[in-house]
Order: sequence, then structure tokens, then C-alpha cells
Amino acid sequence: MRDTAIQVVNFSHFYGQQQSLKNLNLVIYRREILGIIGPARSGKSTFLTCLNRLNDLVPGSRVSGNILIDGQDIYQPEVEVAALRRQLGMVFATPVPLPMSIYDNVVFGPKLQGQTNRGELDRLVEDCLEKAGLWAEVKDRLKISALKLSGGQQQRLCLARVLALKPEYILLDEPTSGLDPISTMKIEDTLRLLKKDYTIILVTNNTKQAARVADRTAFFLMGELVEVNETGIIFTRPSDKRTENYIEGRFG
Amino acid sequence: MARPKANDRLIRISLLVVALSAISILAIITIFIFEQGLPIMAKYGLKNFLLGQDWFPSEKSFGLLPMIVGSLLVTLGALLIGVPLGLASAIFLTEFSTRRVSRILKPVIELLSGIPSVVYGFLGLMFLVPFIRETFGGPGLSVLSASIILGIMILPTIISISIDSIRAVPDSYREGSMALGATKWQTVRMVVLPAARSGLVAGIILGMGRAIGETMAVIMVAGNAADLPGSLLAPVRTLTSNIALEMAYASGEHRQALFATGVILFVIIMILNFLANLTARKQSRK
Repeated sequence: MRDTAIQVVNFSHFYGQQQSLKNLNLVIYRREILGIIGPARSGKSTFLTCLNRLNDLVPGSRVSGNILIDGQDIYQPEVEVAALRRQLGMVFATPVPLPMSIYDNVVFGPKLQGQTNRGELDRLVEDCLEKAGLWAEVKDRLKISALKLSGGQQQRLCLARVLALKPEYILLDEPTSGLDPISTMKIEDTLRLLKKDYTIILVTNNTKQAARVADRTAFFLMGELVEVNETGIIFTRPSDKRTENYIEGRFG
Repeated sequence: MARPKANDRLIRISLLVVALSAISILAIITIFIFEQGLPIMAKYGLKNFLLGQDWFPSEKSFGLLPMIVGSLLVTLGALLIGVPLGLASAIFLTEFSTRRVSRILKPVIELLSGIPSVVYGFLGLMFLVPFIRETFGGPGLSVLSASIILGIMILPTIISISIDSIRAVPDSYREGSMALGATKWQTVRMVVLPAARSGLVAGIILGMGRAIGETMAVIMVAGNAADLPGSLLAPVRTLTSNIALEMAYASGEHRQALFATGVILFVIIMILNFLANLTARKQSRK
């Protein structure tokens, strides 16, 4: 029996009057990569921001149902949102390094938690950049502005920054949508390595990417979860006609 | 209709003429002030103007030090009051208030800049000056009252420019920071303000320019004694007040000395602008 990490129960999300997620039920297992595919506006990204409650920032955002992370309902009032967000590190579609040095980007999260020991921070920076596959390229210029890096490097920096939080979960929102094939490959390699230690949820527009890296894949359509299964099964014999159509490129 | 290229040329040339005439007016003013003010500075020595403490134009004594100190003091005082208040208001209106509140409050604040300076001076004279006289002693007409009035007068400038530059910070920075577990305030302090820094400094420079150049309101509340102020409660005269108060009846060398005052004011403003721009650029490069 696999270890349940996140359990989504009858969960719906609304922007104002519009329902963007419809009655989701989904289990995410520990140390797996769950790929989420689906056409634009299917609710994939919204689902990610519901998991770390970044959707709280959007005016008019409402939820119903439950999301249990490690058994804790994250929409209960006693949940401390900043701590929750540290636990579920998120990488966005467009790389958004903060306007500061590479080094400061990585230690931003740990510093917020009051970590100041220089030696420890140095080790952390090396460790996280190493894991994100960026260390070799930037180790001599950690003090330059992160905005000077290329798009692919910025995205790996964002991943390193998330790892520095020591999260349990990594949420990736189309992390390679703006990147060239080589950068994309590097990030995918990194994800396969990270799977040993983290539970990863990967939203992607690129169905082939899900096929390459995801253990299980979920198909979202217009705010509904159409089906979720082992990636091999989803891509060879999906049980729903709509999944098959999407994967074969007949719409979306 | 037929020749778009010729049209472009015509428009380019007329815009150039307009731009040049605006710049040439500035040049003419500069030349005029320097032409009127420099000879007397040469005659009595720059040192006597800058460091002399006695301003008795009828006795050929043209020491401007009290006014230079006065201008710098009230400007500094205005910034000490206006900058923290202005930045705090801008941060509140952009990051912490609801959209409705800021939609109501921002125009109200901008309205403040439309109030004529004589009205500020009048209010200062009627309420602030007596209040300071009764609470802290002294004549009430003082460095302190001038600083407070100027601090309020530069608020709209600082607030509206700060709001614009804070709003210009991309939301992705805020999201990125919050997603890393930062609270709202940590995000503002560590990400938004540094990103908006050059705009914030620009707002402060403009506010400073307004404070050092303001004349009417200062004349009404500062007391205008041409002596070095001994304390914050002592009366003070600024460079601009010096010109405005005496130009009406000055003639001969007295009149030239007032132009020399203008020259010094001009140079001070240039230096302050230069320094502020320099710090802004240095910090934003980091």
C-alpha cells in the first residue's frame, strides 16, 4: 500500500461567480511525480495555487471541500499560511528570480526563517544549486544579479531557491514552457533525481513531458479531473474518450 | 496627403523647435541670473558670500551663510517629516489597503498639491505657529514650523510618485516571495521596496526640490531673521525668502547681491540633485 501524502476531497474552487475547479477527488502519493495535463484554462495551475494557498492573494477566490496534506486540512483557520508555503515550494511558468543576487535568491527563504549562520548558508547555497544542476555554471559569480542569467538558468535557480526551503513537496507550474530543449532536458533530469526525496506535482502543457517524467498522470478538462492513472496506462489505453482525444492532439 | 516622408520631416523639425525653445528658456534664465549675480560675487569675494554671517546690504555686508544654513535646515527638516510619512502612506495605499480605499484616498492626496502655498502658510501662521509658541516656547515662527509646513507640502509629490513606482513592481515578484513563505510585510520590505528604489528616490528628489524652492509658505511661518538659527525654535530665513522679501525695494549692489543669492540657490539645487541621482544609480546597480 502506498503512502498517501495529499488527499483532495470534493474540492471546488471559484473565482467570483465562475467555478474553476469542480468537485475534485484525488490522492497524491509520497515520493512520486504526479503529472497534470490538460488544455489551457482547465484548472491545472489553479489547482497548484490551491495546494499552497497562493490563490488567497486573488480577490474573489473561494473554495469548498477539503485538501488534506499529511492529514492536516490546509483550509482550517489555524493553519499558518507562510509555513504551509515553505512546505510546498512552487516554481512558476515564467522564471521569477527576485531582483537580487544569485546567492541572495537562494537564501531568501532560509533567511526569512531566521537562519543567519554564514557557513551554513554557504553550504546550503552550494547544495541546492548542485541539486538544481546550476552550481557548475554559476559558482564563480554568485554575487551577480540573478536577472542576468539566461531563462533556463533562472528557472533552475528558482528550483534551487525552492529546495533551500527544505520543502516536502515541489509544485511546478509549466516549468519548461519558455525554455529551449536542452534547458528542458536538464530540468527533467533534475526532477527524476529529486523524486527520491520529494513529492513532485508537475503541471505541464507538454503531454510528452508528462510521459517522460511522471509516474502517474492526471488529465484535467474545464475544471474537472477526467481521470488519473499510471502514466503508462494513461498514454496507451486511457479509459475516457476525452483523454484519448487530448493525448492524440485532436483538441486543446 | 501624398508624401508621408516629407510630413515626418516637418513634424520632426517642428517638435525639435518646440523642444529647443523650452530648453533655451532654461538657458536664458541661467545666463541672466549668473550675469546679474556673478560680478558682485567677484567684487566682494566668494568667501564673504558663502561664509559671511552678516547680511546688512546698506553697509555693503553680504554674508549669506545664515540663509544657506536656513535653506538646508528647513529642507532637511521637511524631508525628515515628509519622507517617512509619505513612504508609509504610499506603502499602505498600494500594498495593504483595499482597492476601494486607495481609489478614494489617492485623488484626495493629489488634491493636496493643488492647494496654493499661501494657504499652507496661512494655516501654519494661524494654528501651527501659536501651537509651537505655547508648547515649546520661543516666537513660534521658527525652523520647526517651516519644516513641518514644508514636510506636509511635499507629501503629495512623494506619495504619488512612490505609489506609481511601487505599482510598477511586477506582481510576479510578490508572488515569488510569498511562495517562498514570506509574509506580506517581509515581501514589501525585502522585495518590493528594493525593486522600486529608483522611483522612490526620484520622488524624494522632487520633494526636496519643492521644499528648497518653496518661498511663500516659508516666509509666513519662518520668522525671516537673517541670523544663524541657534535652535529649532529660532526664526530662520531661507535663500528664497531673502530674494522675495527684499527684491521689491532693492537697487544697485543690494539688487545684485540678491541675484547672487539666486546663483547660490541654483548651485545648491544642482549639487543636491546630482548627489541624489548618484546614490540612486549606485544603489540600483547593486
